[in-house]
Amino acid sequence: MRSLQRSITPVHELAICQALLSQVLAVAASRSAGHIGRITLRIGPLAGVEPRLLVTAFPLVAAGTPAEGAILEIENAPVQVRCQVCGSTSDARPNRLLCGTCGAWRVVLLTGDEMLLARVELLDAVPLETEERIHV
Amino acid sequence: MCDTCGCVGSADHFHVAGSVVPVRAGRPVEVLQALLHDNDHQAAHNRTHFAAAGVLVVNLMSAPGAGKTSLLEATIGALHGRLSVAVIEGDLETENDARRIRAAGAQAVQITTGNACHLDADMVHAALHALDLRSVDVLFIENVGNLVCPACFDLGQHRNVVLLSVTEGDDKPEKYPVMFRAADVMLLTKLDLMDAVGDFEPERAKRHLRGLASEASVLEVSARSGVGLDAWIEWLVTEHAARSPAKVTEAAVANA
Repeated sequence: MRSLQRSITPVHELAICQALLSQVLAVAASRSAGHIGRITLRIGPLAGVEPRLLVTAFPLVAAGTPAEGAILEIENAPVQVRCQVCGSTSDARPNRLLCGTCGAWRVVLLTGDEMLLARVELLDAVPLETEERIHV
Repeated sequence: MCDTCGCVGSADHFHVAGSVVPVRAGRPVEVLQALLHDNDHQAAHNRTHFAAAGVLVVNLMSAPGAGKTSLLEATIGALHGRLSVAVIEGDLETENDARRIRAAGAQAVQITTGNACHLDADMVHAALHALDLRSVDVLFIENVGNLVCPACFDLGQHRNVVLLSVTEGDDKPEKYPVMFRAADVMLLTKLDLMDAVGDFEPERAKRHLRGLASEASVLEVSARSGVGLDAWIEWLVTEHAARSPAKVTEAAVANA
């Protein structure tokens, strides 16, 4: 039997896409760019966001904006920890953050929880000679 | 590889409504900014409000039905006469939880999130306008019941408390590492049902939590029987004392 209950979309990726869009548009506006060609994100498995869902949701929020048609590219950050007991650095699984050398759980996450806008490729942008890195 | 047309290579074209447009001045701009920068900024603003009012703010997160509202009812009762409590309630459609909190004797502001799966810093900020923070010692934010989405959004809270009811299974921290890694306290709830459940082992839940490199405290409570509430209340009182204006003033005098 078909449920009559209103369906709930329990994904926060749409909200994150909206945040992404406003950042990207701010970058484009700061360089007077007409269009955005490519957007690169850097996301770790412990960021709590599903890259596949971001890629699906982004065209929905970007429609009708200078980011429409932009390619959304996601770099996966690895999970790496540094042990506070033996000092070594090792790779780890997202739900098993243990030292790969001595097995201790007292480790510091070095990478794996980032959710960053890394790069935006602008089209028709006004080139800036002096400033390569910008903050919006 | 380009997802739209399958071509290999860098930015030699882009797609607008299916057409291919040659690139004229495609130049990468390094940004390196957190995607939730705006939310984080608003959260920092909320935290400033809380600090000015000397309020301890605790974000309660869990799966639906883990007992957040029951815990709050018991907590309001136990803190009566010691600390004044207010609650911001996030709920998908109803005001039921806010009514329960008011009946227990605390201020409650309901944020009806509609289809949203989490609270964000803007929603909390809007709710603050309906509260008189100066009369509040501890503000709880009861997040939307969900072990995934709320973990990403800073609300300006001082502490995250994640509830895990014994009916859910002791391997939840392993299944939801992002949420449980965010916890400052993992609260094992519905302890009165542990015998009926049979296979929930608090030690195993704790081991899974440590497997996330988490040093969070683990407390065991039953809101129904009152078992374990004392330690939870003590934790709240200690955390509040660390943030109350009196404490700040004393520290300032000591440093002068």
